[in-house]
Amino acid sequence: MSMTVLTVDDSRTMREMLRLALTEAGYRVLQAEDGLHGLEVLASETPEVIVTDINMPRMDGFGFIEEVRSDPLHRGVPILVLTTESDAEKKNRARMAGATGWIVKPFNPVKLVDAIRRVAA
Amino acid sequence: MTQTHSTVAGAQAGGLRELISFRIGAQEFCVDIMAVREIRGWTAATALPQAPPFVRGVINLRGAVLPIVDLAARLGFESSETTDRNVIIVAQIGQQVVGLLVDAVSDILTVTDDVIQPTPDVASDTAKLFVRGLLAVDGRMISLIGLERVMPDLELEAA
Amino acid sequence: MDPLAAIRETFFQECEEQLAELESGLLAMEAGDTDPETINAVFRAVHSIKGGAGAFSLEALVRFAHVFETALDEMRSGRLAATNEVLKTLLRAADVLADHVRAAHDGSAVDEAHTAELAEELKALDPNAAAGGEAESEEDWGDFEFKPMAVAAPEAPPAAGGWRVRFAPRADLYAKANEAALLLRELARLGETTVELDVSALPALADLDPEAAYLAWTVTLTGAADEAAVREVFEFVDGDCELEVSRLAAAGADDAAPLVEDTGETLDIGALLARVQAVADPPPPPLEAPPAAPAPAAVATPQDPSSPPDGQGQPRKPEAGATIRVDLERVDRLIDLVGELVINQAMLSQRVMEAGFARASGVAMGLDELEQLTREIQDSVMAIRAQPVKSVFQRMPRLVREVAAMTGKPVRLVTDGEGTEVDKTVIERLADPLTHMIRNAIDHGLESPEKRAAAGKPAEGVVRLAAAHRSGRIVIEVADDGGGINRERVKSIAIEKGLIAPEAALNDEEIDNLIFMPGFSTASEISDISGRGVGMDVVRRSIQALGGRITISSRPGKGSTFTMSLPLTLAVLDGMVVSVQGQTLVAPITAIVETLLPKPGDVHSLGGSARVIAIRDTYVPLIDVGQALGYRAGPLDATQGVALLIEGEGGARAALLVDAIQGQRQVVIKSLEANYQQVPGVAAATILGDGRVALILDIDTIVAVSRGADSLRAEKRLAATG
Repeated sequence: MSMTVLTVDDSRTMREMLRLALTEAGYRVLQAEDGLHGLEVLASETPEVIVTDINMPRMDGFGFIEEVRSDPLHRGVPILVLTTESDAEKKNRARMAGATGWIVKPFNPVKLVDAIRRVAA
Repeated sequence: MTQTHSTVAGAQAGGLRELISFRIGAQEFCVDIMAVREIRGWTAATALPQAPPFVRGVINLRGAVLPIVDLAARLGFESSETTDRNVIIVAQIGQQVVGLLVDAVSDILTVTDDVIQPTPDVASDTAKLFVRGLLAVDGRMISLIGLERVMPDLELEAA
Repeated sequence: MDPLAAIRETFFQECEEQLAELESGLLAMEAGDTDPETINAVFRAVHSIKGGAGAFSLEALVRFAHVFETALDEMRSGRLAATNEVLKTLLRAADVLADHVRAAHDGSAVDEAHTAELAEELKALDPNAAAGGEAESEEDWGDFEFKPMAVAAPEAPPAAGGWRVRFAPRADLYAKANEAALLLRELARLGETTVELDVSALPALADLDPEAAYLAWTVTLTGAADEAAVREVFEFVDGDCELEVSRLAAAGADDAAPLVEDTGETLDIGALLARVQAVADPPPPPLEAPPAAPAPAAVATPQDPSSPPDGQGQPRKPEAGATIRVDLERVDRLIDLVGELVINQAMLSQRVMEAGFARASGVAMGLDELEQLTREIQDSVMAIRAQPVKSVFQRMPRLVREVAAMTGKPVRLVTDGEGTEVDKTVIERLADPLTHMIRNAIDHGLESPEKRAAAGKPAEGVVRLAAAHRSGRIVIEVADDGGGINRERVKSIAIEKGLIAPEAALNDEEIDNLIFMPGFSTASEISDISGRGVGMDVVRRSIQALGGRITISSRPGKGSTFTMSLPLTLAVLDGMVVSVQGQTLVAPITAIVETLLPKPGDVHSLGGSARVIAIRDTYVPLIDVGQALGYRAGPLDATQGVALLIEGEGGARAALLVDAIQGQRQVVIKSLEANYQQVPGVAAATILGDGRVALILDIDTIVAVSRGADSLRAEKRLAATG
């Protein structure tokens, strides 16, 4: 049975690229276009991993992670943040919010799968 | 989508062609079946203002508006009164779909390219403009027609 | 299509959307918008483009986007003020970014010099610029960044020995949903491992806090992995655990681990954990609901989007309704099918009537309802394809900037009614005419800054672009506050070009409309801006091809206004069905002002064969449609027919004489040109209830013929050569 990954990113291009890489690797993909939408998806299904962008409208990555971590049902779900910046500040902030790990954009599909494997079964 | 040039130089690999033959008056003609989309019976056409004499008008073909060309007139013959026996060959010419009004459809012929003879050099505009070759079938002479000139640039023609 | 190629296309589509967001955000800020969400959206737009560009290795685009993004980041964090100067630079940068995107898409070249110039300007905006030295030397393109851990063993060259790793997670590690088991598994990939579990910190069950961390592991790893590789496994949990990595003695004899399997086999973490579980309570299982332990009191309900999380507190602009993406082909197909439905329903109605069913019978009434339903379906379906003109209007600001720069005239563009909706088919064909008109307005309409100053006008010229719905059509205006039409000059040029007779008496409006005549141009030099020979006649013809009309009104010294009136859709038309010499024709209702039954004294001859009809106190040209279209040779006795009073462009009136009126209905427009060609006097065709084709009249051409072109054929030739 394949694992389900929830991808949260406001860029259609990025969502498509993630979906391509993840389905090739055998994962089942759920998509959301910002933090609020991500929460809506979580309301009906719990994925095994979440991959989220940081800069998004309505609710950004930090807000989203904080919300997920404060929800008893989902706080154990590993969350990987996508970041274009090797900016330590952003990464730290994400971790403070509760991110499990990170993936640098533009992402290498192999590294994406690798990161997922490192945080989920 | 369809092939519209029926040249003697042989278009298909393998040299085998299917032609549909039809009659106008006493003469027989044929066109490459690749250009033919369907055959219909005659329907009255809506006249077009200032149209050349060989354009009878337009008809409705399942929601598309199709011009009807009286092939006899286009080829330079006298056009006869249309009767119920008249048949419309719906053909694709370039990007357009056109209805060709003929007397009757005869046959479907499968021939090899070598059976098509070059057009003899006669003083006929029709022959020069439209006839791409001749076939001899059962003692009948059938002229192979190229459709690309059937709908000319009517502006230049009229000017 | 190769999936990656499809995503690349998606990327470019998305870029266009982002560029539009970018421009409208910057313009809003220029107009005084201070909402932080606006600058955030602007930043995100560039950030997004940069991200995708990186994924597709579009280097030039990435480089420029990066510099742009940096400046925007300064602005959104408040370090760079959004002054007019700055915004103007940003707008120009947005234009350069758009150029890069398009160049990346179609493989063309960019203006390097211009790019470099703007890049410099952007960098100069950075308040820290004086400090020098770009801090952005590390842009990494996919390699994980390696950060050494706080407690580092001295780097030793990888030897065949191995490592000893002591790993003690803290509560934070689990809180972030990291799992020790997975980390151990990753380590196991680097070589042979033996794992020893330390449960010494584990309290009694009664004192156990499910969210605390009590376990620690010591792993002996043999293999060729270097220290960097080992530490990389723990990259994500840096700071959330204690980690010691030390070199093993080459001989590799280590403490026996009581819980360890034979070293010859691969370590089975699962089995190990099972045994751990037998010894102590398992580490907090991440995916199970916590036992009765009360959840922290202040859990925000994720399903409540109306309470914005802190940090996003600003009221957001109202959301648009939910939307879905649909393939345009599907919509087009749907519209075609609904068109067929309309035709079929009309045919059915007709046949039923002919079969003699009474109007009040169940069948007839049922058919009436069907007609109502069909109309509603058609309206709804047409609305799907209706789009706001915004998509066309938003290309204009950049055009205005460019033309303003080229002509050296400061110009401000004001738009109104961007949300006005029109069928997609119409929108696509609006762009060119609008572009020409705006270029003209700036190039010819607006005076030079000096002249404006002399006339007491502000140096900055204003061009106004507005759209609105009016009586079932869409009306678009392009107005400038320039010098207006120089009527003397226009008239003399028209006479010079033989377009009008020297002694012709024309009122102001008629003079103004002369500029639409083919071959008319007041540019004495060929203007680079308006293009060679692209005159207003071409614009008018494009509008007419859409079934629209265009007029101009002008006040000397004050400015000119072009008004275009267009049908809302090219697919459907409200028509009046008429008979002419046995032919059934359709006239667009929007053109018809009135219908009259001419009485004997109403019709008079004028000149040779021309006729006029008296309409109350005025005389109006009477056009015999049957004659004009060549259906009959001689004129129809007007008293035997019906006159349709029509108003063409510019308000000119004429009366079309037809044999009879059959009725009024909405017809689906079918192209005549698809399979045939343009026929003078005929705009398109439709299919009536009886399945036969009826021609739709091109009122304006027919009227033009009556005005003096020799024949429809000549008019057509003129149109073709224009």
